[in-house]
Amino acid sequence: MTEKNLHGENEGDLWEVFVQSETGAPHEHAGSVHAADAEMALQNARDVYARRGTPVSIWVVPSQYITATTPADAQPFFDPADDKVYRHPQFYKIPKAVKGF
Amino acid sequence: MADSTDPAAMLRHFEDRIARGEKIEPKDWMPNRYRQQLIRMISQHAHSEIVGMLPEGNWITRAPTLQRKMSLLAKVQDEAGHGLYLYCAAETLGVSRREMIEALLGGRAKYSHIFNYPTLSWGDIGVIGWFVDGAAIINQTMLAKCSYGPYSRANLRICKEENFHKRQGYEIVVTLSSGSPEQRAMVQEAVNRWWWPSLMMFGPPDSDSPNSAELLRWKIKTHSNDELRQRFVDTTVPQAKAANIRLPDPELRYDERKGSWHFGEIDWNEFYDVIKGNGPCNKERLNARRKADADGAWVRDAAAAYAEKRSRILSTKDTK
Repeated sequence: MTEKNLHGENEGDLWEVFVQSETGAPHEHAGSVHAADAEMALQNARDVYARRGTPVSIWVVPSQYITATTPADAQPFFDPADDKVYRHPQFYKIPKAVKGF
Repeated sequence: MADSTDPAAMLRHFEDRIARGEKIEPKDWMPNRYRQQLIRMISQHAHSEIVGMLPEGNWITRAPTLQRKMSLLAKVQDEAGHGLYLYCAAETLGVSRREMIEALLGGRAKYSHIFNYPTLSWGDIGVIGWFVDGAAIINQTMLAKCSYGPYSRANLRICKEENFHKRQGYEIVVTLSSGSPEQRAMVQEAVNRWWWPSLMMFGPPDSDSPNSAELLRWKIKTHSNDELRQRFVDTTVPQAKAANIRLPDPELRYDERKGSWHFGEIDWNEFYDVIKGNGPCNKERLNARRKADADGAWVRDAAAAYAEKRSRILSTKDTK
């Protein structure tokens, strides 16, 4: 947590912020904050991203711990999801006489 | 799919994505010019929000009522938040917070010229909310549609919060202009000082704007400076009439053919002079930011030292 980057900043000090804006809603990525530790990250996240509305919950994660897909690999990585027609309801034939399926 | 070793093909693919209205995200391929233009624009936008806290912060202790004080505090706090959204958006392009701050404190980075003017009366606070936030809303509404994802989302968030800023200002203007003769004179005098600099906020005519063509092609902006300036004038003239305020432009008249308000020549020498550092408050603004950075260093150091101490304590516990 104390390695410094080229600009003398601590590597661990960038956090991604996810806010649940109302009960039942998913947490949504709101942006990022700088903070020396998790408690300060939560407080900064509240001050920056929760000044309006009725926020229910905030998650903060050090940015370095997020693993993400890369745009260059997106097509092959997601390829299997799009061409299996049998995953879609329209593929299946239901007799017209059956109502409200 | 573009051949990742051919720069011309990569550029074509990138420009096709922009033309289709797709958003560019931090890890996507982008031309270096696109990245550099955005770093410049977003960081200067962020600096403008932070420096913009100073002219209004000046009147927090002298607001005429508790209600006005609470509103002004909330507005200034919002501006701090807006600056932080924007610094975070700029960082996604590979520039660090410290780099951006040092460019500002070293006088190498610009911020909106409008914040180099002083707030001389309470009337200025009303006029700033009405004109300066009004102009910012027009600009930011456009930027909410820009091609770079993080900047577009930051501007969407900002736009949702900015409307109260303009209304708060206009309400002050209406209160003063329907008040005592001294109040009416004070707010009119503030309008006389802030009108022309507010028109300059949209930047020079596009013919004099070297970056414009590229910014438009890459949908970093989607309207010209002159178009946005005209929109601001057309929105504001009826509001001035309704508030019994005279705008200080003898050439202001409605053009039936164009369906918009014709206004007089802007003195661009004043704009360039203020940008160069010769505005009334340039030195004061920069000194305030330098002092804030220096005075806050012990807080940053203490927070970092505390965090390191706690992580050392926790890691020795784990090895037991």
